[in-house]
Amino acid sequence: MLLVKLGGSLAGQAGGQTEFHVEGRNVIEMLRNLGELCPALKPVLEKGVTVSVDGRLQREATYHPLTPDNEIFLLPRMAGG
Amino acid sequence: MPLDSENKTIVPTEFKTVGTRPVRPDGMDKVTGRARFGADMSAPGMLVGAILRSPHAHARIRKIDTSKAEALAGVKAVITSKDLKAQPGCDMDILVNVMARGKALYDGHAVAAVAAVDMSVARKALKLIEIDYKVLPHVTDVDEAMKPDAPVLHKHIEHDYHQDMLETADHVKGKNEKTLPPGKRPSNIAGRYQFGHGDPKKGFREADVIVEHEFKTEATHQGYIEPHACLANVSSDGWAELWVCTQGHFMVRDTCASLLGLDVSRLRVTASEIGGGFGGKTTVFIEPVALALSRKAGRPVKVVMSRDEVFRATGPTSSASMKVRIGAKRDGTFTAAEAILKYQGGAFPGSPVEMGAMTAFACYDLKDVKIVGYDVVTNRPKQAAYRAPGAPMSAFAVEGCVGELAEKLGMDAIDIRLKNAAKEGTVSSYGPTFGPVGLVETLEAAKKHKNYKVKLGKNQGRGVASGFWFNFAGQTCTTINLNIDGTLGLAVGTPDIGGSRASMCLMAAEELGIPYDQVRTIIADTSSLGYNDVTDGSRVTFASGLATIYATRDLKAKLCARAATIWGIPEEAVDWENGAARPAGANAGNFDPLTLADLAEQAAATGGPVAGHYEVNADGAGPSFATHVVDVEVDPETGATEVLRYLVVQDAGKAVHPSYVEGQFQGGAVQGIGWVLNEEYIYGEDGRLQNPGFLDYRIPVCSDVPMIDTVIVEVPNPGHPYGVRGVGETSIVPPLAAVANAVSAAMGVRATTLPMSPPKILAALNNKMRQAAD
Amino acid sequence: MSSVHVSTMINGDEVDFVCRPDESLLDVLRDRLGMTGSKEGCGTGDCGACSVTLDGRLVCSCLVLGAEAGGHEIETIEGMADGEDLHPLQQKFLDHAALQCGICTPGFLIAAKNLLENNPNPTETEVRYWLAGNLCRCTGYDKIVRAVMDAAKDMRKGHRNAA
Repeated sequence: MLLVKLGGSLAGQAGGQTEFHVEGRNVIEMLRNLGELCPALKPVLEKGVTVSVDGRLQREATYHPLTPDNEIFLLPRMAGG
Repeated sequence: MPLDSENKTIVPTEFKTVGTRPVRPDGMDKVTGRARFGADMSAPGMLVGAILRSPHAHARIRKIDTSKAEALAGVKAVITSKDLKAQPGCDMDILVNVMARGKALYDGHAVAAVAAVDMSVARKALKLIEIDYKVLPHVTDVDEAMKPDAPVLHKHIEHDYHQDMLETADHVKGKNEKTLPPGKRPSNIAGRYQFGHGDPKKGFREADVIVEHEFKTEATHQGYIEPHACLANVSSDGWAELWVCTQGHFMVRDTCASLLGLDVSRLRVTASEIGGGFGGKTTVFIEPVALALSRKAGRPVKVVMSRDEVFRATGPTSSASMKVRIGAKRDGTFTAAEAILKYQGGAFPGSPVEMGAMTAFACYDLKDVKIVGYDVVTNRPKQAAYRAPGAPMSAFAVEGCVGELAEKLGMDAIDIRLKNAAKEGTVSSYGPTFGPVGLVETLEAAKKHKNYKVKLGKNQGRGVASGFWFNFAGQTCTTINLNIDGTLGLAVGTPDIGGSRASMCLMAAEELGIPYDQVRTIIADTSSLGYNDVTDGSRVTFASGLATIYATRDLKAKLCARAATIWGIPEEAVDWENGAARPAGANAGNFDPLTLADLAEQAAATGGPVAGHYEVNADGAGPSFATHVVDVEVDPETGATEVLRYLVVQDAGKAVHPSYVEGQFQGGAVQGIGWVLNEEYIYGEDGRLQNPGFLDYRIPVCSDVPMIDTVIVEVPNPGHPYGVRGVGETSIVPPLAAVANAVSAAMGVRATTLPMSPPKILAALNNKMRQAAD
Repeated sequence: MSSVHVSTMINGDEVDFVCRPDESLLDVLRDRLGMTGSKEGCGTGDCGACSVTLDGRLVCSCLVLGAEAGGHEIETIEGMADGEDLHPLQQKFLDHAALQCGICTPGFLIAAKNLLENNPNPTETEVRYWLAGNLCRCTGYDKIVRAVMDAAKDMRKGHRNAA
């Protein structure tokens, strides 16, 4: 099982829950399973989130592999200047 | 994913080429006037495009009559929003921003456009377009726009004020449930976001000192000297070409294709030299208009914005209204922090408030922290990214409070930051745990610097501030080709906005062990290279650099294989060292090294052209921290502020071309000085922008600033083969706060409203004198 | 409005052109003569990107009418280098990395050349005030000022050597 942590606004969307345990071999599977576990989050996840894996930011969903040892944080979509 | 394992082939500590300061490859063209920027291209049979813009901040468009303009001799096409039909899946906000439909949402909003034989005819044609406007009430201030009774821009944006009433937020003060029943209603509040962890209430109870202030910043423009410009050419068979100054030509291609219903393959976009962007050229404005005009006229069309149009209809960044509260123990340890950030993003949702919220306290190790952000729409141009979008404003507020805490506790401004600084293993205020980061190193270097020891005189003050930016990576693709004479052509897909071609040449040369000028780097057009994300988020030296290094390694492996063929030995028995293929050891055989020129000469015989390639959706960008120290003198007679000396200390990870790293530090600092002292969007009561020109919107000039001292800190980023972090954006995060802290120290009054222009400083000083007299 | 015929000298060459009476010298240079080295950053004389000299005087070419150029000598960035030999200022801008995006560079070079012709030994303050009419948004001016001071130093040495 992966431990996925959510930032404040995403947690708000998830009814205040800040941590989820979900299955998934990679980022895309993790997001899909999280959306099924918490349907309220689905629209936000589909709009796009930034995924932090061990502090490394990915601005889009990828097949980047995940293991239970990873620190996984979901953050809002980001853009730079 | 090969990237992870390859990344572990860790950072070399000794570089031969990287870290040197050669002349940039595009320099000669730029000092001789030969470099071609957006407006410098022309095409046979070219027409000139011009855009009609709304004079009203908010108005319903009842009717547009273009018949007289169309009848004018020399006019070849007139378009309105009817000519830009919404395509399935296109971004409606961008489409509506490109050309108003139904309503004009801000002063300067495009409503129609013409293509004519020259600018004089085009201008006449614009005057002949008749528009029947019904002027609507407008709102341009963020706090006003949030109120439940403010004029609403978009009916489909809804907000539930009931939650805000429970929190007794400022914008619902005096309202009660009778006037504002629970439930969603049309509003300018497009989103409410929350970040943080722990329990700030508990943290504040543990505090010995609490500092709290409200802050306001005005919108500022990216201020690039080159106005937006493009040349579109759509053939009658549907193939299209676009020459444009942009930070991302692949983004321009995909967005325009989507807005105009073109196949992506039919639109080839070439990035011109770009005369500054700073985030403002990461979206489209005139490009779809030029393409639509060209499609309708059947001729090439060039569109170049005037400076007035640039100010009224592109950029700027958000203005912000903020409240920050920080608690600390007597020894300076922070116990809790809270912020409420309200950013207006212009006429559409999407202000960078979430990034402002995430970066606000990122410099500090906080157990109990909460940040609430509001994204608010107003009758102003749709905000565009501006260098570390959202971060400078919240840093201004937070670092202002940190500065005041240091004063109250009698602590040194750098020591209080060192006491609370985020470091490797700190759980960041926005969530993830930091890897190796260099904030402490920047603080220590700043403390040791000679500027920090200078004694200050009367009316002078010193300000310190730190800042953080994430840095991004993303989709990147590069190709390196061996030419027939052993030189190399490197194609990258990220526009060079500040010297990145030089960095790419340096990294490829480093890998191959050859001189820097043996590599030529070009920005390939969208039909010549795979997709590349926009040049944003300080990502280019990191991500295009990483892809360049791996493309070059791919080339090296192929070159070794070619050498193996020539020598008749296994590939594994060949090494690349110092610019040549060499037998790996004594057992491999005794052969003279084969240089790039030797291998190029034999390329045909050994299998044809040799090229290295790499494509990646990179991650692993390393966050960058900076600390700025500034001394100012405030003139109590005039209220004018002089910047006496300025120091930037920033972690670059590894400075590939130190001169251009320093340039980024210095440029960011001076943009910040403009933001804090002079620059602001000024709106009249009619909702019109009062200062859309460089005379009244005053960016810093040469005589406004001193030399900007720099110290490059290098804490390697483990996510990059050479340890590179991004450097472009962090440099604008601390200056608002650093200068405001210095001005506050010089005045003896806390500066909370930007810009700190002379009238505001005089008012603050007079107020202080009056209070002292009372 | 009927067009006017103008005879002028640009970078030492005799140049004739036809333009509308309301057309700026900058538009003539860029659109009629193909000399796009001078840039338009504002069109109101505030940014200096279009700097040229008219009979040795520094002007914003966006504020000069093309018709006014008749009988005068104009120097633009295209005429600054002597064939393959860069002007010392051009070389110093490269050596000092005094440009990032490069859009303001032609204007700065023309203005700086004009400064050194008027004052071969300027102080930092004099350089900063002379160049205050040229906007740069990228560099923060530090490296530009250093490049100009360094070029001035070399040019003074050159004059001494030549003498």
